[in-house]
Amino acid sequence: MTHQSQPSTTLSPPAPMTSMQRVLTALGQREPDRVPLFLFPVMQGARELGCSIQDYFARPEQVAEGQWRLRAKFGHDCLYNFHYAAIEIEAWGGTTLFRTDGPPNAGSPIVQDPEDIRRLSVPRIEDSPSLQRVLAATRLMAEQACGEVPIIGVVMSPFSLPVMQLGFEHYLILMHERRDLFERLMQLNERFCVDWANAQVEAGANAICYFDPVSSVTIVSRELFLATGREVARRTIAQLKAPAAMHFASGRILPRVPDLFDTGAAVIGVSSHEDLGALKRAAQGRLSLLGNLNGIEMRHWTPEQAESAVKTAIQAAGRGGGFILADNHGEIPWQVPDAVLMAIAHAVKRWGCYPLADDNTD
Amino acid sequence: MSSSSDALLQALLALNRVQAQELLAQARAEYSPLEVIEILIRPALEELGQLWEGGDCALSQIYMSGRICEELLEELFGEALSDDLPETDGPPRLGIAVLEDYHLLGKQIVRTVLRAAGYRVHDYGRQDVDTLLEQVRADGIEVLLISTLMLPAALRVRTLIERLREVAPGVRVVVGGAPYRFDDQLWREVGADAVGLSAGDILPILERLGVKP
Repeated sequence: MTHQSQPSTTLSPPAPMTSMQRVLTALGQREPDRVPLFLFPVMQGARELGCSIQDYFARPEQVAEGQWRLRAKFGHDCLYNFHYAAIEIEAWGGTTLFRTDGPPNAGSPIVQDPEDIRRLSVPRIEDSPSLQRVLAATRLMAEQACGEVPIIGVVMSPFSLPVMQLGFEHYLILMHERRDLFERLMQLNERFCVDWANAQVEAGANAICYFDPVSSVTIVSRELFLATGREVARRTIAQLKAPAAMHFASGRILPRVPDLFDTGAAVIGVSSHEDLGALKRAAQGRLSLLGNLNGIEMRHWTPEQAESAVKTAIQAAGRGGGFILADNHGEIPWQVPDAVLMAIAHAVKRWGCYPLADDNTD
Repeated sequence: MSSSSDALLQALLALNRVQAQELLAQARAEYSPLEVIEILIRPALEELGQLWEGGDCALSQIYMSGRICEELLEELFGEALSDDLPETDGPPRLGIAVLEDYHLLGKQIVRTVLRAAGYRVHDYGRQDVDTLLEQVRADGIEVLLISTLMLPAALRVRTLIERLREVAPGVRVVVGGAPYRFDDQLWREVGADAVGLSAGDILPILERLGVKP
């Protein structure tokens, strides 16, 4: 995505922006016609098409159709090619456990003995049927979007992928006690991540969501982050052929925001556990914010609660652009009713039009 | 929190195993093993949990700290910390499991805190509802700790508890894990007796439930 110039002011009401224009304007730290909404329904496409989650992800044309139908339904500002996190592990020889009521999960870790890392090699994107399905779905989305709707591609960061490759516990031990093997794994993962991200860009993705929960304040100390996750992010994001959002999948990041300025990320995905206004101030206009509606609580929101949450978020972070409203995890839980997502979409249209209403206006 | 416990906390936050070892050795010269746990280790681990909840320390520090404590206790007390369940007429039997997930870290951290605090707990690892139910009943578990990562698994705890109430109504269930941190009513929704939002919470929870090491 490239930034465009601000829309000119005319006496007659300007035409609504396309989603692409809206998002690019917001990312340029300016106010578009309204706050962009990145609703991230993923599995919900299966419900739209009346098939199981496992069957849904088996056919790229279904995923593309599902994304298109969901956008038509809720009117959000992106298409999202994310299938499930474990799909990358399939490329490394791992397995995925599907379930009927939630996201597929990674099976048993592929690295059982840390010494196996010495023998690992980087999977080729073209050799993975699973990743090829994602690319095919991306191409179909790009054909439909015609450049008017941003397509968001997804990678697991090289620093966070080992949670699935080794299991969380073994990864923490590796990180602290086997730095030689850790560095070797980062080299492999960085190569894979760059290849995978750029294949998605080539297929039509306009931006890459770089999921990196391990880099959050929740998981590693600042000292460790500066020595590991940040360096990995800097090296990796520099090689991506599209803008990147660092997403911490609900992990906290507020005290570490200044440390992210030179990672190359344009956007950060932020948690509902942190104050959006404080995050906006910390970002200093150098990073845009993506977030931070609580997807877990969303399950039992009333339409009024949804509207209130949207209004609060927009009041905290909407002014001056640099803000995209989204959930805080990067995926809407299967259990969230459509009525709540509809209420969110309506609330954005009511409270998110620029110039924003005064905070005290109901 | 005593100054010696605070010193241990600082050593653990810095992952300074040598300093932690010295502090435990000093305490051991003065106190019994159980007193060392009660006076030194337990307050430090509880405080670590509080710090994490407030965003002031990282999960990796909690995990590695617990690991250090566990190793040092084994060294100092000259025996491996036992996972054997207590006798039937001893303290209530504790079980811990992860429901339907391969991410075992949260469970491991809680287990480490429990062992470092002198509890014996039976670790069932990763389980589905049917198998766990059968094992809890067969082992006579009285307090079951369940860790979940994903929302569907957190919701599945409701099924586990409903079926547990039918076959072993006396078992008390404590839940923990990310979904419960993002929805403060979820633990009630699934019918649990208590929720732990950080690993350190488990010690006061067990105290409230009248479970001592």
